[in-house]
Amino acid sequence: MKLNTEPNIARPDDFYQDLIDLHRDLTDEQSRQVNARLILLLANHIGDREVLREAMKAAAKIPHRVVDRLADERASS
Amino acid sequence: MLKTYDYPEFAYRPSADQESGLIRRHPVIIVGAGPVGLTAAIDLAGQGVAVVVLDEDRTVSVGSRAVCYAKRALEIWDRLGCADPMVDKGVVWKTGKVFRRDREIYRFDLLPEDGHRMPAFINLQQYYLEEYLVRRAEALGVELRWREKVTKVEPRDDHVRLAIETPEGAYELEADWLIAADGAKSLVRQELGLEFRGQAFNDRFLIADVVMKADFPPERWFWFDPPFHRRQSTLLHMQADNVWRIDFQLGPDADPEEEKTREKVIPRLKAMLGEDTEFELEWVSVYTFQCRRLDRFRHGRVLFAGDAAHQVSPFGARGANSGVQDTDNLAWKLKLVMEGKAPAALLDSYDAERVHAAKENLLNSTRSTDFIAPKSEASRAFRDAVLDLAEDHPFAQRLVNSGRLSVPATYTDSPLNTPDEDAFEGAMTPGSPCSDAPIRRNGKPGWLLQLLGGGFKLLCFGDAPAPLEVDGIEIEPLTVGADLDDVAALVAQRYDGGPGTVYLIRPDQHVAARWRRFDEAKVRAALNHALARRGRTQ
Repeated sequence: MKLNTEPNIARPDDFYQDLIDLHRDLTDEQSRQVNARLILLLANHIGDREVLREAMKAAAKIPHRVVDRLADERASS
Repeated sequence: MLKTYDYPEFAYRPSADQESGLIRRHPVIIVGAGPVGLTAAIDLAGQGVAVVVLDEDRTVSVGSRAVCYAKRALEIWDRLGCADPMVDKGVVWKTGKVFRRDREIYRFDLLPEDGHRMPAFINLQQYYLEEYLVRRAEALGVELRWREKVTKVEPRDDHVRLAIETPEGAYELEADWLIAADGAKSLVRQELGLEFRGQAFNDRFLIADVVMKADFPPERWFWFDPPFHRRQSTLLHMQADNVWRIDFQLGPDADPEEEKTREKVIPRLKAMLGEDTEFELEWVSVYTFQCRRLDRFRHGRVLFAGDAAHQVSPFGARGANSGVQDTDNLAWKLKLVMEGKAPAALLDSYDAERVHAAKENLLNSTRSTDFIAPKSEASRAFRDAVLDLAEDHPFAQRLVNSGRLSVPATYTDSPLNTPDEDAFEGAMTPGSPCSDAPIRRNGKPGWLLQLLGGGFKLLCFGDAPAPLEVDGIEIEPLTVGADLDDVAALVAQRYDGGPGTVYLIRPDQHVAARWRRFDEAKVRAALNHALARRGRTQ
C-alpha cells in the first residue's frame, strides 16, 4: 500500500476545522463544487496514480462499511 | 440543394457482368464508395489489382459530414497520389481554442514542429473529398458501379456470393475477397449476423453549415457554456468556400425534427453570430451517436473497414481518419496474400492491428463524450470543476477534453513487429507510423514519406547494402547520404539514426524492425515475420 493512512497532518483538529470553515457559508451546490475542485487540486499535487487509485478505493469502501454495519445491526436486533 | 456546390451525378450503366446473365467472379469487390471504400479501391488498383466498387447512391456525400482530415490520412492519400487537391481546396489548421462562457481557457497546437509535408489537419466538405477520390479511382481504372445495392451476402469457403439490385433488375456476383466499407449501417455486417457492440449516447447535436464572410481565424473553436448557447457546448470549424460548420449540443430532450427547422436554427445562429451578420444556411442535420465496434474485422474472406467495423463519436475526428488507416493497413496485406507471397494469416494481423487502433479511438472518443455530455451529476461536477480551475491552473487545462484529435495508432504489440534488441531514443518504435522529414533526392527537394512510398524499404544510416529479395518480396535500400540527403538533419533526429542504424519499413510506412547495424539474416527474418510467414526465419 503506497497510500499513507497513518496520521500525517500536524494539529488534525485545526485542519478539520479549516475544512468545515471552508463550507460554512456555502449552499449545498456550492459545497459540491468546492469539493470537486479540492479533489482535483489535491490529486494533481499527489500526482502518483497508484496512490490516487488506492485513495479512490479506500473512499469507495466507506458506504459499504456503513451498509455492512446496518446489516449487522439488523441481524442482531 | 447546396448553394456552394453542384453535386455530380454518376450514371448507372449495366455492367457486362449483369448483361451476361452469368455469375462472374472478381478478385476484390468493395461495398461502399465513401472515403474508406474509395481509398481501398485506389490503393489496390495502384498495385495492379482489378477492383469493382458497388454503391447504392448516384452521387458523393450529401452534406459536409466528416469535414476534418488529419495528417496521417493526408499522408496516406499523398502516397496514393490524391492529397494535393484536398490540401489545395481545404482549410489548413492546427490550433484549437477552448472557451468557457466568453473566456479562452486553453489552446493547443496539433503540430508544434516544422518539417512535415502534410499539415496537422485540413477541413474540407466530404463531398469534395469524395469527388477527388472518385476522380483518382477512375484514373486508375477502378470499376465504380453506381446505384447498385447489395441485398444479400453469402460467405463461402473460398469466396463470397453477392446479390445486387440495380435500376434494371437484380444480378449476382462472386468475389475472392470482399471489403465491407458500407458504413455504420453496414448491410454486409447485418447479412453476416455480426454483433456491433458498444454504447449509445442520448445527447442530440445540431450541425449547421453556414455560408458567410466572417473573420474567425482558421482554427477549431470549442465553447463550454457559451453566452449564446447556455449550459451546452458549441463547436466552430471553417471549411472551403466560406462555409462554416457550427455544431450545437442540444441535450437529450431536443426534438430532432423541430430542431432542424429554420425557425429554430436561425435564432440559434443569430445569437452566436450577431443580428447583423449576413449568412445563409447551407445544410442542417440533427444527430446522436454511438461508440461501438465489431469484435473482429476479418471474417474469412470478408474484411470490414471504416464505420462498418467501428463507430465513434465525432469529437476528435476519429471516424473517417481511422477508416482510411484501416485500408492503408489492409491493402498491401491483401495484395500479397492474393499473390501467394504471404499466407492468409497475414490478414489476421489486419484484425489485430486495427482492432487495437479502434479500441484506442473508441476509448478517446468515449472519454471526450463523457466530458462534453456528462451522464451523471458527479460527472458534471468534476467537469465543471476542471473548467473552473483551468483558467488559473495549468494542470487543469490538460484535463479539459473537448475532443482528443485523431493521431495514428502505434501497433505496439503487433504480431508483425520484431522487438528491439538494441537501445533507441525517440518515437520510431516497432509498430510506429513513420515520421516525415524534409530531404533532397537527386538534388531536388522532397519528403521522406514520399520516398518511402509503398513497398518494403530499408532506411539505412550507413553503408548501403545491396537490394534484397526474400521469396518474391523486394526490399529497396534507401541510404541517407547516398539515396537521400538529410537536409535539415531531421531524418537522423526523428529516427535516432546513429551511424550504422537500419530500419525495416512496411508498405504502410510503419516500422517493422530496427537495428544498430545491418545484418542480412536479421533483416530476412524480420521480413518473414512481418509477413506472418511462420516457421521461416530466413
